[in-house]
Amino acid sequence: MSSGPSGEPLLAVHDLCLERGGRELFRDLSFEVRPGHLVQVDGPNGAGKTSLLRILAGLSRYGFEGRVERHSLLLYLGHQSAVKALLTPRENLAWHVAGESAYGDTEIEDALNKVGLYGYEDVPSHALSAGQHRRVNLARLYLSRSALWLLDEPFTAIDKGGVAELEKLLVEHVQRGGAVVMTSHQPLRVAYQVTMLSLTDGLPA
Amino acid sequence: MSAPAEAPATGAFCLALLRRQLTLAARRPIEIGNPLLFFAMVVALFPLGLGPAPDKLAGFAPGILWIIALLSNLLTSETVFRSDFEDGSLEQLLLAPQPLFMSVLAYIGAHWLTTGLLLALVSPVFALMINLPGQAIGALVASLLLGTAVLSLVGGIGAALTVGLKRGGMLISLLILPFYMPVLIFGSAAVQNAVLGTPAVPYLAILGAMLCLAIALAPLAIAAGLRISVDA
Amino acid sequence: MWSFFHKLGSPPWLFRIAGSILRWLLPVTLVALAVGLVWGLLFTAPDFRQGNSYRIIYIHVPAAVVALAGYYVMAIAGAVSLIWKMKMADVAMKACAPIGAALTFIALVTGSIWGKPTWGTWWVWDARITSMLILLFLYLGVVALYEAYDNKEAAGKACAVLSLVGMVNIPIIYKSVDWWYSLHQPASIKFTGESTIDPSMLYPLLWMIVTFYALFTCCLLMNMRAELLEREARTNWVKKLAAENRA
Repeated sequence: MSSGPSGEPLLAVHDLCLERGGRELFRDLSFEVRPGHLVQVDGPNGAGKTSLLRILAGLSRYGFEGRVERHSLLLYLGHQSAVKALLTPRENLAWHVAGESAYGDTEIEDALNKVGLYGYEDVPSHALSAGQHRRVNLARLYLSRSALWLLDEPFTAIDKGGVAELEKLLVEHVQRGGAVVMTSHQPLRVAYQVTMLSLTDGLPA
Repeated sequence: MSAPAEAPATGAFCLALLRRQLTLAARRPIEIGNPLLFFAMVVALFPLGLGPAPDKLAGFAPGILWIIALLSNLLTSETVFRSDFEDGSLEQLLLAPQPLFMSVLAYIGAHWLTTGLLLALVSPVFALMINLPGQAIGALVASLLLGTAVLSLVGGIGAALTVGLKRGGMLISLLILPFYMPVLIFGSAAVQNAVLGTPAVPYLAILGAMLCLAIALAPLAIAAGLRISVDA
Repeated sequence: MWSFFHKLGSPPWLFRIAGSILRWLLPVTLVALAVGLVWGLLFTAPDFRQGNSYRIIYIHVPAAVVALAGYYVMAIAGAVSLIWKMKMADVAMKACAPIGAALTFIALVTGSIWGKPTWGTWWVWDARITSMLILLFLYLGVVALYEAYDNKEAAGKACAVLSLVGMVNIPIIYKSVDWWYSLHQPASIKFTGESTIDPSMLYPLLWMIVTFYALFTCCLLMNMRAELLEREARTNWVKKLAAENRA
C-alpha cells in the first residue's frame, strides 16, 4: 500500500490552453497525475471542467493548444450513462463498448451487487430509474482494471449512501496505485489527501 | 494495480460488439421488419404508377428492385450510430483501446446482417410480384448480397458525419446518394444481363471489387466522422 | 522553407499576399477572358455540322474542366487541414465549394443550351452531363454539410472527410457512368468522342481553359479573403484594417 502520490506519471499535461467562444478558459495549464493522486478539479459552472476532462480523455482533439500524454489505460465516465435501455444491466456491462477488459459473470454480479442492483441483473434497463442507470454505469468502476479514472460529476443523481460507497471506492482505487481525476461540486469527505486542481494555477507543488 | 491492466483482444471485442448490436436489433423486431415492409409497399407503388401490364413491369423490374433496395438501405443507414450517440455509448467506443476501424466494421456488419442480408433473402418474392423473369432471380439475390454490403459501408460514412446533427435525416441522403450510384448501375446491370441471358458474373465481380475497396476505406472515413461528431 | 509554412499559417500574412496576388491576377484574368471570348466567339470558323452553336464550348468546356479540378483542389486542401491541422487549408477548402458548385452549374446550363440545337432537347442523359450532375450533387453535399454544423471547426473537418471520400469516388462514379452510357446508348450521337477539332478552334479553347483556371484562382483568393475577415473579425489586425479603410 502506498500513501500519497508517487511513481511514474499516468497522465502528463503540458501547456494546455483552451478558448471557447472568444473567452479564455485556461492557459498554460501543466500538471502530472501519478499513482495515488486523488484530484478534484475546482471551478464554478462554465469554467471548463468538463472540457478539460474530455481533453484529458482524448475525446476533444482540437480547439485547444498544448499536449496530453497518456501512459495507461483509462476509464472515463461522462454526463451520459451509456446504458442501453434494451439491454439488461448484465448485458450492458458484459458487452460494454469501452472495451476496457472482459469481465466474468461473477465479477459482474459482484459489481452490480455493490452498487445496490442485486436482483436487477436481468431486468431490462428501461425498467430502471435514472439513478439506477447511473449506478449501472458506476458498476464499471468496481470492474475496471484501468489505472486512471476520469470522472465527470460522478455523484449526480446518486443518493447519500451511494455517495459514501463511491468515496470509499475512490480511496481504495488510489491506495491500490490508481489515480482519479474528477469534477464535483461537493467536497469529498474522505480520509485521504484530495489534491485540488485549479484551472488557473494547476496542481499545488 | 492488483491485476495487470490488459484490454481484450480486438477480435473478441468486435464479436462482443456484433452480438450486442444484433441483440439490440432483435429486441426491436419492428425495426428489422420496417425496411422489408417498405420494400413491399414501394414495389406495390410501381404497378399503380406504371400500369399493371406484366411485360412492361418485367422490363423495368431490375431497375425498380435495385432502386427500392437502395432507398430502404438509405432510410436505415441514418440509425446506425444514432442511439449510441444519444446515450453516450459512442464516446465510450471512441475511448476503447481496440482499433476503431474494426469496431466500426462490427457495427456496419450488424447493420448489414439485419437489413441487406434479409432484403436479399426475401427479394425473390418481390421479384415475382413484378414479373422479373425467373432466370434473373439468382443474379438479383447475389447482386443484392454484395451491393447492399457496399451501401451499408458507404451509408455508414454519411451516418457518422451527420450523427451529431439534429436535422441530419435529409442531409444524409444528399451526402451519400451520389456515392450509391455506381452500385446501382452495376447491381441493376447484373440483373438486366441475367434477364437477357448474358453472363451476370462480370458485374457481380465489379460489385465484389467495390465491396473490397469499401471494406478497406470506408471504416477510415466512418471512424474519422465519428471522432468529429463526438467532438463537435 | 519552414518559415514559409509558418507564414502560411498566419491569417494577416495570407490576407496581404492574397491581396497583392489579386491586384495583378484579377485584371490579367479579366483581359484574358475578354480576349478569349472575342477570339472564340467572333474569329473562329463555324463548325461544318453545328454551325455557330458549337461556340458555346468556349464557356462550357473550360467550366466543366475547372469544376472537376476544383473538387480535387478542395479535397486536397481538406486533406492538408486534417493531417497538418493547418487552418488556412480549411479556409481554402471552404472557399472552394461554392465556386466549384457555380462552375458545375454553368457547365450544366451551357451544356443544356448547347443540347437544344444539337440534339433537339434541353436534356439528354449523356455520360458527361450525368457525371456533371453528380458532381454538382457532390459539391452541394459539401456546402450543405458545412452549413448544417453549428461548430464551424467541426464543419471544416467533416467537409474535409466528405470531400476526400468524394475524391476516391469520383473516378469510380465517372467510370461507372461512362460504362452505363455505352451500355444503354449506341454510339450514334457520340460526336465529341474523337478529337478531330481543328487547331483554329482548339487554340482559343486552350486559352479559355487556362483563363478559367486563373478565374477560379481569383475567385478562390477573394473568397478566402472574405472568409479570413469573417473568422478573424475579433482580432486586432482586422479591426485595424477596418479602421484604416474607414479613414
